[in-house]
Amino acid sequence: MKKYWRRFKNSFFWFSFRRDPVAIASFSILVILAILSFSAPWIAPHDVYESSSIDIMNSELPPAWMEEGSSDYMLGTDIQGRDMLSAMLYGMRLSILIGLGAVCLQAVLGVLIGLIAGYVGGKVDSFLMRVADVQLSFSTLMVAIIISAIFQLAFGLAKYEDLAVPLLIVIIGLAEWPQYGRTVRASVLGEKKKEYVEAARVIGLPRWWIMFRHILPNTLSPVLVISTVQVANAIMSEAALSFLGLGMPVTKPSLGSLINSGFEYIFSGSWWITLFPGVLLVTLVVVINLLGDWVRDVLNPKLYKR
Amino acid sequence: MNTQAKPLLKLEDVYKEFDVTGGFWEQFRWENGRPVRKKAIVKAVNGVTFDIYQGETFSVVGESGCGKSTLARTVTGLLQPECGKIFYDGDRIDDLSYSQKTPYKKRMQMVFQDPYASLNPRFTVRKTLEEPLFFHYPELTREQRLDRIAEVMEQVGVHPAWAERFPHEFSGGQRQRISIARALMVDPEFIVADEPVSALDVSVQAQILNLFMEAQEKRGLTYMFITHDLSVVAHISTRVAVMYLGSLCELSPGGEIFNNPRHPYTKALLSAIPRLGEKKAKHIRLKGEVTSPLHLPSGCVFHKRCTYAKEICTQEIPTPFTAGDNAAVACHGVEQGWVG
Amino acid sequence: MDHLLEIQNLEVKFRLRSGEVTAINDVSFFLDQGERVGLVGESGAGKSVTGFAIIKLISKPGFISGGKVLFEGRDIAGLSIEEVRNIRGNRISMIFQDPMMTLNPVLSIGTQMTETILAHKNVSKAEAQAIALDKLKKVHIPSPEKRLDQYPHEFSGGMRQRIVIAIALLTDPAVIIADEPTTALDVTIQAEIMDLLSELCESEKMALILITHDLGVVSQVTDRIIVMYAGRIVEQGLTRDVVSNPRHPYTKGLIAALPESQQRGKALSQIPGTMPSLTDMPQGCSFHPRCELVMPICKEKVPELIELDNKNALVACHALAKGGAS
Ligand SMILES: Nc1ncnc2c1ncn2[C@@H]1O[C@H](COP(=O)(O)OP(=O)(O)O)[C@@H](O)[C@H]1O
Ligand SMILES: Nc1ncnc2c1ncn2[C@@H]1O[C@H](COP(=O)(O)OP(=O)(O)O)[C@@H](O)[C@H]1O
Ligand code: SF4
Ligand code: SF4
Ligand SMILES: [Mg+2]
Ligand SMILES: [Mg+2]
Repeated sequence: MKKYWRRFKNSFFWFSFRRDPVAIASFSILVILAILSFSAPWIAPHDVYESSSIDIMNSELPPAWMEEGSSDYMLGTDIQGRDMLSAMLYGMRLSILIGLGAVCLQAVLGVLIGLIAGYVGGKVDSFLMRVADVQLSFSTLMVAIIISAIFQLAFGLAKYEDLAVPLLIVIIGLAEWPQYGRTVRASVLGEKKKEYVEAARVIGLPRWWIMFRHILPNTLSPVLVISTVQVANAIMSEAALSFLGLGMPVTKPSLGSLINSGFEYIFSGSWWITLFPGVLLVTLVVVINLLGDWVRDVLNPKLYKR
Repeated sequence: MNTQAKPLLKLEDVYKEFDVTGGFWEQFRWENGRPVRKKAIVKAVNGVTFDIYQGETFSVVGESGCGKSTLARTVTGLLQPECGKIFYDGDRIDDLSYSQKTPYKKRMQMVFQDPYASLNPRFTVRKTLEEPLFFHYPELTREQRLDRIAEVMEQVGVHPAWAERFPHEFSGGQRQRISIARALMVDPEFIVADEPVSALDVSVQAQILNLFMEAQEKRGLTYMFITHDLSVVAHISTRVAVMYLGSLCELSPGGEIFNNPRHPYTKALLSAIPRLGEKKAKHIRLKGEVTSPLHLPSGCVFHKRCTYAKEICTQEIPTPFTAGDNAAVACHGVEQGWVG
Repeated sequence: MDHLLEIQNLEVKFRLRSGEVTAINDVSFFLDQGERVGLVGESGAGKSVTGFAIIKLISKPGFISGGKVLFEGRDIAGLSIEEVRNIRGNRISMIFQDPMMTLNPVLSIGTQMTETILAHKNVSKAEAQAIALDKLKKVHIPSPEKRLDQYPHEFSGGMRQRIVIAIALLTDPAVIIADEPTTALDVTIQAEIMDLLSELCESEKMALILITHDLGVVSQVTDRIIVMYAGRIVEQGLTRDVVSNPRHPYTKGLIAALPESQQRGKALSQIPGTMPSLTDMPQGCSFHPRCELVMPICKEKVPELIELDNKNALVACHALAKGGAS
């Protein structure tokens, strides 16, 4: 353990992190946001999933520092009388959860398909890459409409509310795996030509072994690079779907559904219902993207050849 | 070598081509006002025939792009020849599937050129060396495997205490030692070495060449040694094959090829080696431009650059003939006596 | 004592993560008009960095931390960027191992050549064309008129290196620094390029600094040899003397390790170990962990470059300094 810690402390990763104020700031904000959202059940002033604690009489209260605001509801309440701050914390938790889940699914699908396409090559490669092209030409929205339509037909609306989280993960995961597939395939093609892979073949190691033990680990740094950006993209996709009413239901709002639910009231003066979750969403996504840029620069092999 | 002995490796008229045409649309060219579909084929190895006998150091020399690495990879089964047969110890091996080749992989190994690319950067030395044992000697216990690794590391001159280090912690020469150790792990009898010292500094080159010779003596190895450096070849080979554009020009015993080169290309190659302390040595100038393997010339592949070329050279492909002392030469001029 | 180029106590450092390291240490040598000098040593010895330092082309994280480079009596270090530009690529040209470091892949050879001439000389476009053509003829490019319109990718490696040499010649430089110009080429082509370089040095009265790891090449082309090891000069002398009678233990080992200096099939004599990296340079003589003659003083004190029998033969080794006549 100590050895790994020392290795980490001497690594180029840590070195360039310490020297990059943007990376440090983004990382700190991200960590704070993540901690806040995952401890929502303990730190949020109100439980937004508990319908008994919501009083419609408190609806559309402005933030605490405004004239009609109440100190009970620091950032005001939404149209149903839910505490905005609590709803945002719970909502961010859902957004991050769906983002991470979808990226895991994308990565598993994309890495497997990319690895097989790149290593086997030939007709298998052409076929899998055409599938990726077709998949990319369907937008996430279309996949979402189709899948949720099928799901609602099969299980009904009630079930949908319970299963919305895994369903969104599947939708976003299915829609965006080709990013991974292509990246992995490209680096497998590069790696496959290297002499250590040829050496493994001369030794006569089984092909699946060469594929998973030798090639796969050496293609993971581009995967890491796109993963950060993909998480941000997945969170945005989820927000977009929820905003369009295809995502999380109002009873279990994500940041996207919060923005959506407040959007109608923005002109009647209740701007806070949309603005606060909006700002939070943008902060989250920007911070992840900035971190992604930094990771890309650090892992760019051209920058640290020697 | 003794021609009565059974060859360990036998190549019969081996051809290897690469299709470098690219995508579907790149195959079309405008010619004479209409599109024609054309494939671009690199003829990397063209009808190569030779035998390698037990205990030999058989060297293949030639300039870059002449097909040496392709030949090496065809022999070790990394590439499938288009045409021709390869026999190992009497068995035909070129038409076997990947898994059918497994028993031969224990007997035949390869060492590569690039000390930086030939080791998996994420594997420690121990892991790299343990893998071949894992698959070819599954009956060994962990202790036996580790003993064997330590023994071979000692032999190639890498301290066994460094087994847990990663390749990037070693210099180029040490990595090449580890590559050699990996090849030796399965206790092979035949090693194909593709320019194993070309990327190394002179002082390290000597260390690695010595290691090769030492291992040969201790283990009775047979080598197919590929290089572009004639001075290295001179030092270690029992027989030398000279290649030009995928074809064999000359195949002679080691000493012979340096003291008495016969083929015009061999002569040019030898005269071009910069020798220590011979200021402005005269060397044979070749004429014309380097020929590309995409458009192989008709007849003798060397005729565009050969100062001896005559009419017949542009038309007929010269076949190898025996020119005394076990030397074989493929040249009309030598055969008919107009090349001195 | 007016040399064309004189390097005095040159020192180049690199600012690395682990701190500053010295890549070039106390390097001094000179070059006279029309003279050909070889800079030899294994990779990492500091040959290229020395070459770059001469034309003040050391980029971050490196910097010249000491010493002088005098060209025609003037210290290059003290010149303005404009004046340095006027020397670099004009009075001193550099040729690299990879021709594509000099050639622009998207411009035709003719365009690249005329642009270079117009940047350095006050001539008309037609005159520039004529100069370009003349230089292509000088490097023996067949049918040069046609070649002017072609792009770098249409040439073979050897031809590209010839074109790079032609470009280097455009401004009639006084010095050419050639950094491993033939390392990537085949022997037959290497021989041609080396012939060409020697021929040009004679006909154009140019001085040449030939940087290479290949002792054979250096011994055929140059008048003097400078042997570098781990950022320092360890031996300097007339080529024929150094090659036939090397004095420094490292040079001796290097020459003995060449396969051609051995009997066939015998084990080669070898120098144990490898050159140290800049970050763990040994104390004293940096060759001492590999040296057969190592003495206690070698581990403490850096040996100075001293004259042996004549003023052309310099060696940095305690064993030779003490014995005097050794
Ligand atoms: N995988 C490949 N695809 C296409 N062309 C290849 C491939 N491998 C080698 N070639 C071509 O085959 C010829 C011979 O190459 P190679 O065997 O590597 O030569 P050498 O090892 O003698 O330098 C070259 O022209 C090279 O461009
Ligand atoms: N940009 C750089 N950053 C860090 N170290 C460098 C850089 N360029 C060269 N060096 C170091 O300087 C030393 C000399 O390098 P170089 O002059 O290129 O050697 P060579 O003799 O092979 O031409 C080497 O140890 C190398 O690692
Ligand atoms: S066959 Fe003709 S062209 Fe070929 S090497 Fe002999 S003389 Fe030259
Ligand atoms: S100074 Fe000492 S260690 Fe260095 S080369 Fe001379 S004898 Fe060897
Ligand atoms: Mg090769
Ligand atoms: Mg260099």
